[in-house]
Amino acid sequence: MQPFSYARANDVESAITLVAGDPGSTFLAGGTTKVDLLRLGVEHTDRVVDINDLPLTAVDELGDGTVRIGALARMSDVARTPIITERFPAVSQALLLGASEQLRNMASMGGNLRQRVRCTYFRDGVSPCNKREPGTGCSALEGLNRGHAILGVSESCIATHPSDVAVAFVAFDAVVHTAGRDGERTIPIDDFYLVPGDAPQVEHPLAHGELITAIDLPPSPLAAGSLYLKFRDRQSYEFALVSVCAALTVKDGVVADVRVALGGVGTKPWRARRTEETLRGAPASDESFARAAAAELSIAAPRPGNAFKVAFAERAIVRGLRHSMNGQAA
Amino acid sequence: MPYIKVGNERTLPIDVQYDHATKVERGPTSAQVALCVNGTERLVDLEPRTSLLDALREHLELTGSKKGCDQGTCGACTVWVDGRRVLGCLTLAVACEGQEVTTIEGVGVEDEPHPMQRAFVEHDAFQCGYCTPGQIMSAIALIEEGNASTDEAIAEFMSGNICRCAAYPNIRAAIREVRDATV
Repeated sequence: MQPFSYARANDVESAITLVAGDPGSTFLAGGTTKVDLLRLGVEHTDRVVDINDLPLTAVDELGDGTVRIGALARMSDVARTPIITERFPAVSQALLLGASEQLRNMASMGGNLRQRVRCTYFRDGVSPCNKREPGTGCSALEGLNRGHAILGVSESCIATHPSDVAVAFVAFDAVVHTAGRDGERTIPIDDFYLVPGDAPQVEHPLAHGELITAIDLPPSPLAAGSLYLKFRDRQSYEFALVSVCAALTVKDGVVADVRVALGGVGTKPWRARRTEETLRGAPASDESFARAAAAELSIAAPRPGNAFKVAFAERAIVRGLRHSMNGQAA
Repeated sequence: MPYIKVGNERTLPIDVQYDHATKVERGPTSAQVALCVNGTERLVDLEPRTSLLDALREHLELTGSKKGCDQGTCGACTVWVDGRRVLGCLTLAVACEGQEVTTIEGVGVEDEPHPMQRAFVEHDAFQCGYCTPGQIMSAIALIEEGNASTDEAIAEFMSGNICRCAAYPNIRAAIREVRDATV
């Protein structure tokens, strides 16, 4: 690992000043991605600014019912917070189905949103990779791409976004709060993640030194009946091949409202808007669910290695919706 | 909590220890870091890039924590920081100042092993033993977390500790025994 300096910030303002004023500085929260990538030589830094003393660990309910998750709250703590388990069960489930308990104890929520892709060509530090070294090409296009994305892909990059909880966040229109040299701002989660296009090295709209301070979950009656299902090669401690966050309300046998998002198949946490549009007002049946799932996957662009994910994702959507509906009836 | 005292400890005057209020920047070359490990304050010269695992093994002669993958995959380096199990390989040692680090050397001694250490021996919960310190640090924490209620829960919440000898059934048996004795 390349040597670097270490500073520890007292407050948000000094953390931002330290990093924003120095192109070679970077924030350090839980370190589960950062330390790994620094050691692999995929990322480089001259100085890490430790932000773990910043008062951003609370999970609170605001006056309007919004749940605000501090950016430095740890995954394991958020997953077991009653307002999360009661109002956004899919968020809790997604957190607990990610990583291991040791990593969940370390990893912050802000860091989770900023985690990098697990593409082996990105992580090996030497293969052509447009995300790591723009212009060098994408080794995954014709390489081992079983785990790669089929939605939101480009000829520049097909790496899957690995976060579980971000899938639940896009389903429920979470809002990312940031603070930077130019002040504070809010970014809808779906705008926070960018598809690779021809610039896969640009993953988010944050400026250098702009810090995630909180994630808001606006009130959603739908979310109380939400669930997160994850399908993978191992039963535990593995990234998703396909995952689904689903929630729906049914009135008189007809879908009144619905949220569906997918993980493991998109270059960003994937809100399945085509599925949602197809389902609203449709009979709440397996036939409708299958038709709505097919509508989303009609835009999939699979490679030989990951073509199985198309049918896999369709079935995951159907199962997620069916379980969410049954959970509601129970 | 009992702990083993190891040799070559340097106890330096308290006034040269890192002052948290001033948050002095350090590195990239070696600088003094104050670590509290197994109840003992230790001062070591470390580069900021040094992981907690390397600090323990290479600088503090606490070689119980093991280096398997060095990328957060295997769990052999599991230690507790402020009572929570974490991975020593993905933790920077310098970031642990002001926190309590507990390693396998801190949970029991040879004459007086921790009940979990005793249970691992009784249930033959290992073959090569390389992952065992990490397994035990996770296993003790698992019961305190309340994540050991069923075999399924044990398997799920121990999944961050890989055993390539596949001693998993015996590990679960050891955990069950300590869990049931704890209740």
